[in-house]
Amino acid sequence: MEPVLDVTAVSMNFGGLRALNDVELKVNSGEIVALIGPNGAGKTTFFNCITSIYTPTEGEVWFTPKQGVRTRVNGMKPNLVTALGMARTFQNIRLFKNMSVLENVMIARHCRTKSGILGALLRSPAVRREEKEIVDRSYELLKYIGLHKFYNEQACNLPYGAQRRLEIARALATDPALLLLDEPAAGMNPQETESLKHLVLKIRDEMDMAILLIEHDMSMVMSLSERIYVMEYGCLIAHGTPAEVSSDPRVIKAYLGEEAHA
Amino acid sequence: MNELIKSIQVSIWFMFLTFPIMVIRVNAIEKSVIWRWENLALVGVGSFVLSFIWRWALRRKEAGDAAAASGGKEAGRLSALLENPALRLPIQVVLLAVFCTIPLFVTTYQTNILISFLLYVVLGLGLNVIVGVAGLLFLGHAAFYAIGAYSYALLNQYFGLGFWVALPIGGVVAALAGVALAFPVLRLRGDYLAIVTLGFGEIVRLLLENFSDITGGPSGISNIPRPGLLDMQLSVAGANIYIYYIVLALALVTIVAVTRLKDSRIGRALQALREDEIACEAMGIDRVGVKLMAFGLGTAWAGFAGVVFAAKTTFINPASFTFFESAIILSIVVLGGMGSNLGVILGSAFLVLLPEYMRAFSEYRMILFATAMVLMMVFRPQGLIPEKRKTYTVSDPELNAATGGQN
Repeated sequence: MEPVLDVTAVSMNFGGLRALNDVELKVNSGEIVALIGPNGAGKTTFFNCITSIYTPTEGEVWFTPKQGVRTRVNGMKPNLVTALGMARTFQNIRLFKNMSVLENVMIARHCRTKSGILGALLRSPAVRREEKEIVDRSYELLKYIGLHKFYNEQACNLPYGAQRRLEIARALATDPALLLLDEPAAGMNPQETESLKHLVLKIRDEMDMAILLIEHDMSMVMSLSERIYVMEYGCLIAHGTPAEVSSDPRVIKAYLGEEAHA
Repeated sequence: MNELIKSIQVSIWFMFLTFPIMVIRVNAIEKSVIWRWENLALVGVGSFVLSFIWRWALRRKEAGDAAAASGGKEAGRLSALLENPALRLPIQVVLLAVFCTIPLFVTTYQTNILISFLLYVVLGLGLNVIVGVAGLLFLGHAAFYAIGAYSYALLNQYFGLGFWVALPIGGVVAALAGVALAFPVLRLRGDYLAIVTLGFGEIVRLLLENFSDITGGPSGISNIPRPGLLDMQLSVAGANIYIYYIVLALALVTIVAVTRLKDSRIGRALQALREDEIACEAMGIDRVGVKLMAFGLGTAWAGFAGVVFAAKTTFINPASFTFFESAIILSIVVLGGMGSNLGVILGSAFLVLLPEYMRAFSEYRMILFATAMVLMMVFRPQGLIPEKRKTYTVSDPELNAATGGQN
């Protein structure tokens, strides 16, 4: 069984700054993997590299979609990477703020539908059927995530936690094989975090999806993930099960700092 | 009391500002200076009163904003009237009937005005796709108007093509030119895009002006044939009415097409592009393709309008397609309401019909124009008729059961 995501020795330079240094990472299908590290460790840069928003300076990113062939995605256009089956959420929420909640999800169906200009002008039965399918599927996802009551609200009027969930719904609408969550619990209160945790597990189990998540909330990371990668200053410093990682001296050092020698 | 002091300050400031132009008049020949103190008094009193009105209006607007923020949706009376579903169909039918029959009753002069109104509706709706829906600030629309007009004129002059053949060609050529312009400006946004498109508009005009061998240069192309109706020779007035119906049909097609586009999958992608480009790409939308589409779909309408314009005036020269023209079209979109088709139609009614019927004030046109724009931006930045988003309905019995009491 090939891993869904296979990153080999990826490095990313911004001018003279090496933001990522030889990062290796694997995500198997149906697995929840967490990527943690102090602020500025390069986690989001790593996400941007695998989703092709940045092109890595060195190294390769291999992605295996469901029933698909292993494809090299570094250097591909980001929209094609999404079409292959990799969807992400953003750390700083990037919803389409002035559009309705339902429309936000509908847009994500773009790469799974195909009616063009002529179809829009003529509104043939096939186009109308496709349009209805988009609405139905999007609404279904909203219901799955528990936001269907707000489907006609403007996205920017949703409470913060709901906006984060809507981002997940939007990512799911692209029918991904791998879901990348960039700090999904940031700014959430404990109850919201708890329900998010259940949601992530539900998505993994019911939708048969691999999930890679960046998170600072340790209770969430430790209870959710099967494996954890730890980054610091652009390098991987540890890798293993939650128990292994939490007892790793390098990880403790990175998070708590070194004891000062007298 | 405070208000009074403020207004007095304003009035003194205006008297000081306008002193050199309103009061002193130097006669250089007789070497005399006329002091027109009465103007100073007028400016003083005028600005005093206006400043009161201004502050009253601002307060009213703020109160309205606050009410809208606390009390949910605030809909203008006009748009509420227009959106009332019971009234919608009758209004449309009456308007259509009026527009269909009007040229039979009015003079050729009036018909001409209506033709240019409808042309601006088409131009405005086209630009609305780019500026309103896709959010790309575009200042070169007149260039594509020119491309359409010159396609017909040149094709007719050199190849003898008729109006009906040239109409689709003009639209396609303008759309291709729009896509060609879009390629180099893909990375630009906002002000930078506006500057480049403005430059493109001027380039097209200068090209037409200086390519004298082909385009006739500044003297333009004359004797462009009017469209023929089944080989009949129409009188000037008859041809005018005929063109009116062509433009009316074109405008109706544009309205339907643009509305459908906006509500389609492509339209949604355009709107998403306006909101957030990075999120758009992450959601699987091809940013480049969609942007090119936006330009092509917007400029094609300008091409169609250009062909009709050339046929209507039978004479075109580069002076008809200056930056001023682009600015007017953009003002139509902004004044009417970005993204709102109804708004664009109303906007062109304001900006095309009013100046025509208020010829008496034509000297003050630009001042009034500017004042209207400033007032609009302060008091109603969303335009006459704000964009109305399509609302989707879903049939979900559970949802209705859950919120049954509130809905």
